[in-house]
Parts: sequence; C-alpha cells; structure tokens
Amino acid sequence: MADALLQVQDLRVEFVTRRGQALVLNGVDFELRRGETLCVVGESGCGKSMTALALLRLIPAPPGRISSGRVLFQGEDLVAASMARMREVRGNRISMIFQEPMTSLNPVLTVGEQISESLRLHAGLDAGAARARAVEMLQQVGIPAPQRRVDDYPHQLSGGMRQRVMIAMALACRPDILIADEPTTALDVTVQAQIFDLLRELQRDKGTAILLITHDMGAVAEMADRVMVMYAGRVVEQGSTAQVLGTPGHPYTQGLINCLPELGSSAHAATNSERVTLAEISGVVPSIWELGSGCAFHQRCAQALPRCAEQVPPLFALDGSGHGAACWLLGQAEVAA
Amino acid sequence: MNDRAASDILLSVTDLKVHFPRAKPGWFGQPELVKAVDGVSFELRRGSTLAIVGESGSGKTSTALAVMRLSPLTAGRIQLGDTELGALQGEALRQARRRLQIIFQDPFSSLNPRERAGAAVRAPLDLMQVGSPAQRSARVAELFTAVGLRPEQQQLFPHQFSGGQRQRINIARALATNPELVVCDEPVSALDIAIRAQILNLLVRLQRELGLSYLFISHDMAVVEHICDDIAVMYLGQIVERGPRKAFFANPLHPYSVALMSAVPTVHGGRARAAQRIKLSGDPPSPINPPPGCRFAGRCPVAEPACAAELPPLRELAPDHWVRCRRVELVDGVPRAPLQLPTA
Repeated sequence: MADALLQVQDLRVEFVTRRGQALVLNGVDFELRRGETLCVVGESGCGKSMTALALLRLIPAPPGRISSGRVLFQGEDLVAASMARMREVRGNRISMIFQEPMTSLNPVLTVGEQISESLRLHAGLDAGAARARAVEMLQQVGIPAPQRRVDDYPHQLSGGMRQRVMIAMALACRPDILIADEPTTALDVTVQAQIFDLLRELQRDKGTAILLITHDMGAVAEMADRVMVMYAGRVVEQGSTAQVLGTPGHPYTQGLINCLPELGSSAHAATNSERVTLAEISGVVPSIWELGSGCAFHQRCAQALPRCAEQVPPLFALDGSGHGAACWLLGQAEVAA
Repeated sequence: MNDRAASDILLSVTDLKVHFPRAKPGWFGQPELVKAVDGVSFELRRGSTLAIVGESGSGKTSTALAVMRLSPLTAGRIQLGDTELGALQGEALRQARRRLQIIFQDPFSSLNPRERAGAAVRAPLDLMQVGSPAQRSARVAELFTAVGLRPEQQQLFPHQFSGGQRQRINIARALATNPELVVCDEPVSALDIAIRAQILNLLVRLQRELGLSYLFISHDMAVVEHICDDIAVMYLGQIVERGPRKAFFANPLHPYSVALMSAVPTVHGGRARAAQRIKLSGDPPSPINPPPGCRFAGRCPVAEPACAAELPPLRELAPDHWVRCRRVELVDGVPRAPLQLPTA
C-alpha cells in the first residue's frame, strides 16, 4: 500500500523461560497509515503491549526476543536496524506514551528538562531553544501558565497534567507515529475526555498516526479509524471501526462488545430495580503454556466447531475491503455459499 | 424517603464528616485539614444497592471506609439497623463487624499470597467463632460453590487463580459471616473487561438469593446504571445529587452529573458523542480549603456569580431525587436541569 507508514509482517516474539519457549506474539500482521488512528483491543496478556514494545525494539531481552517477522517503517526494516539507528527512531520518528504517567516521568528532573532532552538529542537544539520549544509544547497540550510549569517537577502536577506532559514529550520532535499504551486508564473520565480531545486535535494539526492500545470499546468507537482485536498473541479481527463494531465477525469481538453494560440501560428497564443478565464470556484467557492446537478462543467459544480445536483459522475476508476475522465459522459460511 | 417504613432502611448515614489533619510545610505553619468527606447523608434500603459515584478525590472511598469503621470519624452518625455504628468501640465494634463486610478493588493485593484460598475464606468464621470447626469447613465449601469456584480449589494459593477468580474468593470471604451490608469498593475496576460481566452477574445473583444490601462505590457510570437501585454523585467531599436509578439516568439534574455522564465514551455514540461532549476545564479544587460556595462552581459551564457565594442546600425536587444546585428549577412540577445532556 502506498500510504502505509508502518507495515508489520508475521511478527513473532518469544520468551525463553525455565518452562520452555512461549510465543507471546504469534504472527502479527497489520499496517498503520499516515494520519490515522488504529486501535488495538484485547484483554491482559493478549499481546497488545508486546506489539507496541516490539515495534520500538523495547522487548526485554533476554528473556524475550523477536524471533521472526518484519517491521517496515517507511520501507526500512526496524527489526534488522542497528541499535544506533533505533535510538534515532525512538522519541523522534516513533514515540510512545504509557499508562501510568507518574512512573514514566523522572521524578528528579523538571518537566522542561524532560521535554528538552529529546529536542536536544534529535533536533540538535541548544538549551535555550529547547526550553523555549518545551514551553511551546506545554502550551499546545493545554497546560496553563506554561512558562511557570516548565520548571515544575512531576509530583507538582495532577494526573491529567502529567499525561499532558507525557504527550508534549512524545510529540516534541513531531514524530510520524505516536504509540499510546492505555494513556487514560489511570485517569478520571472527565480528564480522559480532555486527553482524547487533545490527541484528536494534535493529530489533525500534525498528521501524526496514532496506535492506540485500549481495552475500552467506547474509547475505540470514539478514537479509532480502524480496529485490530488481539487474542493470545494473534490478530483475530481487523477492519474499519464501523465494520468491527457494527458487524463484528469473530465471536470474541462480539463478546467484548456485548459483555459490558452501556449507558442508557435503565431506560429499558420496566421497574427501577429490573436489570438484564449481562452476556458473559465464560472462562478466562488460557495461559500461553496451555494454548494447544487450534483457535486459542475455542474453549471459551459457545459456537466452537470440532475443527476449531485442531486448526488455527486464517483471517477470512468479510464485508467490504479490509475487514477480516480469524474464525472457522466464517470459513464455514464461505464453503456453504 | 419519607413514605418508606423505618424498618426498611438498613443503613442510615447522617452528616458524615471525615477530616484528616495534614502537617503544613514549614516550622510555624498551622496544620491543615483535608476535608475528604464533608457532610454526607444517605440511606440504604434493605436488599437494595446504593451506588456512590465520583472521580478521584471526591471522597467516595473515604465514605465507604468510614461506614466500615476503617477510618476515623470526625463527625456524623452511622446507623446500621438499630445499632449506632459510629459510637461502638472495642469488642462491641468487633462483634458488629460480622454484619458488615467489604470487597476491595484490587483482587491481587487484598489476598495474603501465603494463605490458601480456603483459609482466607475461613478466617472470618474462626475470628467470629461461627459454629463448630466442622460446620465452618462445610460453610467454606458451600461459599466456594456459591461464588462459582470448586470446593477443592480451597487448597490453592492466590497466585494460582486468575484475577476474576481472586475476586470470587474475596466475595466468598466477605459473605462468610452472613453480613447484612456489603461494601463493594470498585469491585470490577481492576478486572479485564471480559471478566467484569461474570462478577457483576454474580453480585446480582447473590443479592437476589441472600437478600444482601450493597453500598457500591464506583467511578464507572455505565456499571453503576446497570447495578444500582439508587445513586449518589459525590464531588469534593459532598453529595451533589442523589436519586432513584431510573429517575436519575433519565433526567440528571446537577451540571456535574450531566458532565460526568457526557464524558463516558460509548460504542453507539462514537465520534458524534465526542463532538457534542460537555467539556469540563481544569481539575477539581483542593479539599484542603474548598471554595466557600458551590464546590463545582469554578468548573461549571452554567455557573452564575451567586453560585460561588453560598453553598446551596440539597433540595428534594422530585420523589427521592435530591440535588445541590441553585440553578435547577421546577417547571410544572418537573425539575429542569440547567445543563442538558447532549442527545447524540
């Protein structure tokens, strides 16, 4: 694809432990286009954060390593790049913000110093110019009185302000890609709304592509252009937001959408205390040691076929372009038709 | 709640205050008071669920801990049935504790990693000397089954369970002494989304079967709308709105309640909802020196100068529906919110 900024092909990450080898990413394929937001959804342990870390070659090694696959960033394979090249890419062309802003900021440096660091390193600015740019960035992310706040330490800021500082740091060098790993999970909903607004606004102004990792389907509906659902180290469904949320193909995606109450549930209740039983996804995510053969979801799937326990389903194409789900039920329909 | 019989009320909290002293920096500074809970009153009907929602720092967890007598009370009355909990001390308080139990947010840190699951559930029975030792063993097995675990899993340690299963152990432990009141402090917030429905369904089923009353603390409006019978919204240590579930969610009155609901992203709302969102600027003010008037006035999109001058009282504007906002008006007997929820 001409407009693909990042192409990930058959990415595999394994961890070698005393119990043997564990494949935490098992052939992940996707692409990220310029200026779009791609959401990665899934439960803990599905590999969504590992995918983000693998893109930046930040997998803790040992025990982990990228065992195969390619990460093509504007045509250049980052898996094969040297460490010196990766240092040029990180924080400059591809940057990342993390879930907990307090633990990812350095408590003994002022926020100005932390924002300046990447500017001095990557853009070659001197201390004065970097500081001026840091103030400008703080202004852009909506921090009041940036001239004063630039000399604050992280503990002097609220959670929402800290996350704004993280965003300012990540965007200082005008990266092509921003990876946001659950950036609002530790924040209140009203602050989450502010951060989402900010990300949308900055994306519109700068054309940054965003890879947003989340577990909140509401956040997906609000932020994503396209969605990728992961389960046990594989992509089980991907497509545009309307396709994946409107006509989900994989039973797991359907489960994720239906398992939580949405705002407005009391309007349908006949009495004040009437409530529906929520649709559950039974069981838990299997551990990576217990995956066995076949579709990793088959033990929790109400519609599983005998074949599901034996063979891993490929991604079947669904309605329209780019929507696919890895489920034998769809293969079944295809054969029947 | 005038029309309801007094016996219907399990928990009645009146003018609860929880203030924490905080040393002021410097040598000569006066100690400051953090007013975590500042005059909160509510009632919980037997067999029902009252949800307290609010953001971090609103005082919802401090309220829960005060009701549990796990944090010092500054002032106020906590009446559980006929017992004045706030006045109990020592052994009398310890004996009363079998009537109230709590489920914490984090299923990882709320279980002792070196204690087997069965022993954790059995501990309250041993402490309260409920029944004979043999009866206690049978009770533990029964509790494991009731929360959807297998009795033989009693022998396992917490790390051998998933997050959802650990929360089931916490629920079993809370139910061990047959409590009347169960305080649920964000019981599903730390769980994976696919597991939350399992735990919410379990809580609803146990309430129906055992007649439990829940004080449900949460920040998640959608979960609260699903599970509560009544809701109270807290902001900076005070209740700003309180009402029955259907009435509240159909017509939230306080501007903060409206903003909070509007902030929740939904699958169906998508981007249209985000575009129409009511935007709150800034962060809540400090609970150390709260502003004199309405505590939300500084961030309220519809505040008037008078709002910041005087603290508005909680007014009952519809049956059981109370709101602390001077701008809510009665139009033809129906309360009208000064700030409307966007329709998308």
